[in-house]
Amino acid sequence: MAEIDTSSGGGHKKGPGVKKAKKLSTRVDLTPMVDLGFLLITFFIFTTSMSSPTAMKLNLPKDADKPEEQNKLKESGAFTLLLGKDNSVYYYEGQLDPSASNLQSSTMKQIRSEIIKKKRNTPEDDLMVVIKPGNESTYRDVVDILDEMTINDIKRYALVDISEVETQLVSLSDKNGGQ
Amino acid sequence: MARPKIARKSTSVDMTAMCDVAFLLLTFFILATKFKPSEAVTVETPSSVSSKVAPEKDVTLVTFTKDGKVFVSMDNEAVKEELANQFNANLNAGLSPSDIEAFKKASFYGAPISQLKSFLKIPKEDLKGDALPGIPIKDSTNNEMVQWMRYIVAAHASTNTKLNLLIKGDNLAKYPDFKNVIASFKKNDQFKFQMITNPENVPTGTDLWKKYMAGQPVEE
Repeated sequence: MAEIDTSSGGGHKKGPGVKKAKKLSTRVDLTPMVDLGFLLITFFIFTTSMSSPTAMKLNLPKDADKPEEQNKLKESGAFTLLLGKDNSVYYYEGQLDPSASNLQSSTMKQIRSEIIKKKRNTPEDDLMVVIKPGNESTYRDVVDILDEMTINDIKRYALVDISEVETQLVSLSDKNGGQ
Repeated sequence: MARPKIARKSTSVDMTAMCDVAFLLLTFFILATKFKPSEAVTVETPSSVSSKVAPEKDVTLVTFTKDGKVFVSMDNEAVKEELANQFNANLNAGLSPSDIEAFKKASFYGAPISQLKSFLKIPKEDLKGDALPGIPIKDSTNNEMVQWMRYIVAAHASTNTKLNLLIKGDNLAKYPDFKNVIASFKKNDQFKFQMITNPENVPTGTDLWKKYMAGQPVEE
């Protein structure tokens, strides 16, 4: 550490009447200045926001009222994801069975392997992922699942309102702990 | 035998070099810093692999919190003024010239149009998201966001500015809130918008990752 120079005032007199110019040291103690510098650095490091937020693009389709305007999709290529409570995801291929026997449960973490499996087994032009977020699902789930579409490079997907039957199924399954 | 004298070295170190480094770093951080505007509404955004930076100019940002409150903020003052005039002309909002001035200055709006006048009177220090009513969207028959969007679109059209719609939602916000917000966009023929997220790395081994590795262009 640099020390405070106290020797500056110590010129001794040679004799009476002889006045010598005081020799002042040119060294300045830099320690407080360094302290201040690092304090400010710390402040700016903490307040700085290095990564600016990114934005995810989403294009919505126009609501088609007439049935003939709606897009048709092949049953074999449809893959429906239902989002439930606490990051649970339910999925089925094609149409939902009246007895709901083809409804399977998964979680947000495991759903990727299912999407990939479906993608590998379906011709690319037929594949359509239908996302139906339930009333208990959170915004994060929705963004995560849309992100999953980007990650797995799914070309066609849609955000669709959940039906009454599916809502009941999801809430029932959520109660049973995803069975 | 005399013991060899150990040279007494000064313990003081020259601080100049360290000082130089400290101030170099300081200068860098001062220049690199961009202050986050203090937000009255705290929202934790989800993360996504999208690497596109959110636009910063002429944005209309719709924020919704985990309690389901919705706030609108805009940055272009000319558009804000036009919006206030639109409210006056079409919805009898009754904003006086001084209210319009306050409307222009306000960083965000979080009240039903009928309460807008009193909302604008709230001093800046008291603007806290928890205490504000937010724009009502819950009721699907009277989703006020639709009105807001209609006049926001109109205000952008008449001032000839591009409308960049951004949605910023909290992780724990429920889906129906989000649905109501995008429903208000849809009703006003706004089908393109962006959602603000935190950046995240692409998981290795996935199709998108393979695309990146192969150097193929990736659509946003």
